[in-house]
Amino acid sequence: MSVGEHDPYTGQRMTGHEWNGIKELNTPVPKAVWFFLSVTALFAFVYWVLMPAWPLGVTYTKGLLGIDQREIVRESVAEAARQRSWAQRIAQDDYATIQADAGLMQKVRESGRALFGDNCAVCHGTAGKGGPGYPNLTAGAWLWGGTPEAIAETIRVGINSGHPEGRIAQMLAFGRDQMLDRAAVLNVVTYVQSLSDPTLASGPEKEAIVAGKEVYDANCASCHGPEGKGSTDVGAPDLTDGFWIYGGDRQSIFNTVYGGRQGHMPAWETRLSELDRKILTLYVLDLGGGK
Amino acid sequence: MISELTRGERRLALAVLTAVATFGLALAIAGRGDILAVHGGLIMASAVILMFFVIAGFYAPEPGEERLAQYYDTPTKAGVVLAMIWGVIGMGVGDWVAWLLVYPDMTFDAAWASFGRLRPVHTSGVIFGFGGNALIATSFHVLQRTSRARLPDQFSPWFVLVGYNLFCLIAASGYLLGITQSKEYAEPEWYADLWLVVVWVVYFSIYLRTLMRRQEPHIYVANWYYMAFILVVAILHIVNNLAVPISFGSAKSYSAFSGVQDAMTQWWYGHNAVAFFLTAGFLGMMYYYLPKRAGRPVFSYRMSILGFWGITFMYMWAGSHHLHYTALPQWVQTLGMTFSIMLIVPSWMAAANALLTLNGAWHKVRDDATLRFMMLAAVFYGLSTFEGSFMSIRAVNSLSHYTDWTVGHVHAGALGWVALITFGSIYAVVPWVWKRPAMYSNKLVEVHFWLSLAGTLVYVFAMWNSGIIQGLMWRTYNEGGTLAYSFIDSLVAMRPYYIARAIGGLLFVIGAVVGLYNVWMTIREASAERADAPDAPVVPALARSLQAGE
Repeated sequence: MSVGEHDPYTGQRMTGHEWNGIKELNTPVPKAVWFFLSVTALFAFVYWVLMPAWPLGVTYTKGLLGIDQREIVRESVAEAARQRSWAQRIAQDDYATIQADAGLMQKVRESGRALFGDNCAVCHGTAGKGGPGYPNLTAGAWLWGGTPEAIAETIRVGINSGHPEGRIAQMLAFGRDQMLDRAAVLNVVTYVQSLSDPTLASGPEKEAIVAGKEVYDANCASCHGPEGKGSTDVGAPDLTDGFWIYGGDRQSIFNTVYGGRQGHMPAWETRLSELDRKILTLYVLDLGGGK
Repeated sequence: MISELTRGERRLALAVLTAVATFGLALAIAGRGDILAVHGGLIMASAVILMFFVIAGFYAPEPGEERLAQYYDTPTKAGVVLAMIWGVIGMGVGDWVAWLLVYPDMTFDAAWASFGRLRPVHTSGVIFGFGGNALIATSFHVLQRTSRARLPDQFSPWFVLVGYNLFCLIAASGYLLGITQSKEYAEPEWYADLWLVVVWVVYFSIYLRTLMRRQEPHIYVANWYYMAFILVVAILHIVNNLAVPISFGSAKSYSAFSGVQDAMTQWWYGHNAVAFFLTAGFLGMMYYYLPKRAGRPVFSYRMSILGFWGITFMYMWAGSHHLHYTALPQWVQTLGMTFSIMLIVPSWMAAANALLTLNGAWHKVRDDATLRFMMLAAVFYGLSTFEGSFMSIRAVNSLSHYTDWTVGHVHAGALGWVALITFGSIYAVVPWVWKRPAMYSNKLVEVHFWLSLAGTLVYVFAMWNSGIIQGLMWRTYNEGGTLAYSFIDSLVAMRPYYIARAIGGLLFVIGAVVGLYNVWMTIREASAERADAPDAPVVPALARSLQAGE
């Protein structure tokens, strides 16, 4: 514990301190430490001189390079806009012209993929194939119309979204709200099934179908139409095409008639620019559901 | 435990517990109809249960004066066990949320099982539950030995340990209930924050009161680090948690800061929590247990000093590197980045000082898994501080920020450095304080070492890959100037790495369970056999006299 004691292993002098058996060597700080301290300090000093660095009351040292991150952001945004010169044409041209231009449609597919993935895929799926409760966009079975203008409008205002011009639709809960008794619900379910499956009409369900048609005409035809072809004016689905949002098996159709349905699609008017919505319209049509 | 307190301390304990129970009752009454009532009840119940313990032992014989000739290690023992239990819980929940990222449906439709509530249980569980208890336990152990003075009394260390764990319990249960002020690593609400301030002040006073009575002329470097940890964490905690509760009957509060000032305060806190909780405190641990276990003198006293002041001075500036390319003025980002770069030198000085201390003891590193834990911890400390300085560079940060690279970096430090130095220190201190020749099973220490190393490597490599792919996908543009990938594309690309990460984490958790078992079995055997104490004797306070040269 005395100053001047040497460590037998390294030959280094001890500091003479000892704490519960722990001693310390008096090894000088290696030159490399001073070197790297100087190098990093020099780097920091040069960086301070060149870049915005130290506060001075209400302002700060601006740096010799005059670099400002806000300026850089403005420039990058402008540069990106220049790269998107094709976007101007998408904004101006009508749908048919754009759809006929292979180069522009290539841009729609490129940019639309990320837009769709970030905004639409969470419900409609990355491929736009939908899922239980969410329509398949590639099927051509459009609730509110499949023209570019109709799709663009649906994206803009949404469905049951609360948007003042929004599209509103509701399938009533015929069973739960006691508009139809259980037998009537079961019959109309069978009838609805028969609309997309004509083989049922010649089977043992014949009578149920006849009874179901009466229920249908009295309760369902006002929205879904006398032939069950639906109506894009009120967003009533076509019941004959074999595409189902909530499932086409007997139990799912029963649940729909019994408990009703009311889907939601957000209004994108305030979240996406008009250009982005136009790209998405074209992208969705391009997925295969165009009609 | 109660039999170790003097009669006066038992009375003090009852008075304090009565006060705490009353505080809990007041919270419960004021917060009736609010979720605060649950925590008021929890605080009151904890205090009442402890009162029963104190009352049951109240008339036990008092400890004699001979206790003053011994170090007071019971709080250290309790802290070590608590640290291991919190470690298993915190790491277990961590692996749970890792799997949750692979299987997002695994929430049982229950709010408490959502990612947002479980993740802070993991972070607080490991940082405060595991890390904090380990720091408190080892700091009491190191403080006494390097001062050759017993803790100033028997009550205050228990107050700190029990009070601190009550804070951890309020924090973790609050997250599951949905109580949070949504500041990272500072989620607990105002009443928990106030309670921690009380506990922390007592903790610091124990340090000062013991150091004042020290029988060594100098204060050992480990104690500088422990003191920096306690003092700076108090400052950080108080400033970042300045808030106004919406009423004394509500768990909810609003921060005193808003906007970019709030973000800057939060990351000044957040980064210095890494610096002074997860670095300074554990460097204190390393500076005692590593040379002690290796039986070698510390490589360089001068590097200890330079490293300490470099770390404490430069870390304070570095927090703004968490806010590159944000609304934070660029000059603040510049300062954060440049100080982070300079910080690499003192950080590596500490790591090098530890590794060079092992010169002359490398054969022990080969044979002794406990020492190997500490050696590897120093290596990971060096690696992750280098990575941290690198990631603070703005250009690098533009790629790494918000990605899994950050998660990987944090875990290189948290698993590789913090957890490994803690396990190494615990394997060293357990046989010493329970007076055993060695751990119950050295083979299990060895198993734990390799599980930890494998788990850490799998985790960190998975997150490096994942983070860099993520960062690149987010910044890739088409020729037409639009983003090439949607966010969900990057999630699909992450999935294999999330699986790998969860497996790496699982290995680490299994290691912790093995460690807890090994510690438990060592304790069970401890009463049977007694080994010689390895410590220089305490200088009893009664026989205190000034030493020559003091």
